[in-house]
Order: sequence, then structure tokens, then C-alpha cells
Amino acid sequence: MKFGVVVFPGSNCDQDCFYVIKDVLGKPVKYIWHKDTDLDGFDCIILPGGFSYGDYLRTGAIARFSPAMKSIAEFSGKGGTVIGICNGFQILLEAGLLPGAMLRNRDLHFICRYVYIKTENNTTRFTGLYNAGQILKVPIAHNEGNYYIDAVGLKELRDNNQIVFRYCSATGEVSEQFNPNGALDNIAGIINRKGNVLGMMPHPERSAEKELGSEDGYFIFQSIVQWLEKRRTW
Amino acid sequence: MLQAEVYITLKKTVADPQGLTIKHALGSLGYKDLGDVRIGRLVVIELNLKDKKKAEQEINEMCKKLLANPIIEDYHFKIKEE
Repeated sequence: MKFGVVVFPGSNCDQDCFYVIKDVLGKPVKYIWHKDTDLDGFDCIILPGGFSYGDYLRTGAIARFSPAMKSIAEFSGKGGTVIGICNGFQILLEAGLLPGAMLRNRDLHFICRYVYIKTENNTTRFTGLYNAGQILKVPIAHNEGNYYIDAVGLKELRDNNQIVFRYCSATGEVSEQFNPNGALDNIAGIINRKGNVLGMMPHPERSAEKELGSEDGYFIFQSIVQWLEKRRTW
Repeated sequence: MLQAEVYITLKKTVADPQGLTIKHALGSLGYKDLGDVRIGRLVVIELNLKDKKKAEQEINEMCKKLLANPIIEDYHFKIKEE
């Protein structure tokens, strides 16, 4: 089993992701430079947070044209596991690997703090170790996390159980009051129809150890590991 | 040489928090007769082309592929001789 962490010019959560996979989970991991196109041997690709290409034009708009993204589109087309965190989520949206788009936060501020999210779908390969409806404490750090999709798209997300995480209160109440950035329907994370590509704004890699204030994010990575291991024995 | 001015704005159906904030600020300056205020970006592109039709076609493609995100943005452009 091998994880790959993509490094774009301007990525800044790549080392955190690498550290969590290597030292916290103890699994093999390699960096993938944005110009690399060979994804042979990788089982899970992580698109980390940061400000790829300085967020010029729109967040993720330039990164989606990097050589690595072409290979990642093929990789995901074949069912490969891809997780985009924060800027990685924004890149997946711009690349069309996930539906919708990001707008600037409702209050026009960069928000960097812990939030609570509710696990709306625990049947994915990314969330298998969570209970249904489990509330997670994970940090967000972004300026463009105001998720948008048109009414038809939202209905599709709901009908296909693609909304994986929603912003909520500490007790799990999902309402506008606990929506940090104005995201439509409090959406914090979604999955593609096939279930192999997840995008989320909160940072599980920053909440994967008790010492950091929460280890709720650890189980996303551990869920992936478990899913990959199970698949192997079959 | 031709020059294209490409204007990209959020779609009418998409909330524009920056535009709204500017509207409030203008309101506090005493400008009360305001409708919607929308903010966008202007991209000026010089083209080594003579054929205006071809330029239009290329700019249109650029907008669709990169300059605008069709999910949230609309665009229009003007092409003039330099």
C-alpha cells in the first residue's frame, strides 16, 4: 500500500499529510511533484492544502492544468482513491472531478479555527470507521470555502448520498448559525458518484493526534488504510 | 495587433458577498439609489492576430477553458484594434 502526496508550487500542507501517513499511520508515502505523471504503484493520492499557484485567477484554477492532474484524472477514472483537502478540494472542483465550485467566504474573512462537522455518510471508503452522524472536531483554514452548486446539482448530491460532511454545532445541530463560511447546505465535504474521490475543506491531517487538540481526523486516513487492506485480501 | 478586454462576473444567481459589502459601503456614503452591485475581474489580452473573427473564437475558448468558471461565472468581451 502506498500513499502519494502531490506537491504544487504553493502547497503548504503537504508535509503535514506526509507526516501523518508516515509517522502517525506508519504507512509508505511519497511526494509527487506536480510535473510527475507516473502514478504507478500508488493506492491513494492526497491533494494537500495550500495556495497552489498563488490562488491566481481562482483557487485551484491553474493547478488543475498541471501534468500530475492529468494522471490523477486517469487514476480516479480507474477507481483510484483520491482525497483533496482544502486547496486540494478546490483543485478537484476546478478539474471537474467533483461537482460544484467555491466562492469567497460569506463574511470575506480568512477563517482559521476549529469547527465541528457531522458525518453524513459513513459508508464511504474515507469514513468507514466513523459512526453514522458522528461529530468531528477538525480545523478549517481558508478564504474560499463557500461551496456552491446549482439546485439540480444539490438534489443530485442529496439523492446519491454524496454529501459526506456538514458544518454543525458541538452537539450536531446543522444550521446557518454553525456555518462558518456560507457554504450551501452547510456542506464541508462531498464525494463523487463512484465514491472514490473525496473533497473536504476541514483539515484531517491537522487533527490526527491528541497533542494537536483532536484526533478526529486520524480516522479518515485510517478508514482509507482499512478499506485498501480489505480490498487487497479479496 | 488586437486587444481583448474580458470581463468576468459572478452569475446573477450566485450571491456576491464582495458586491454586497461594497453596496453597503456606498449606502453609508449616502448613495441610496443603488440596485445590485456586482464585482468581477477584467483580463486584458493582447493578440498577435489580425482576423477579428478568429480572435473572438480564441477568446471564447480561453474563457471556457480557463478564464471563467461556468458553474459560477459569466463572461463577455470586447475586441479592438490596438
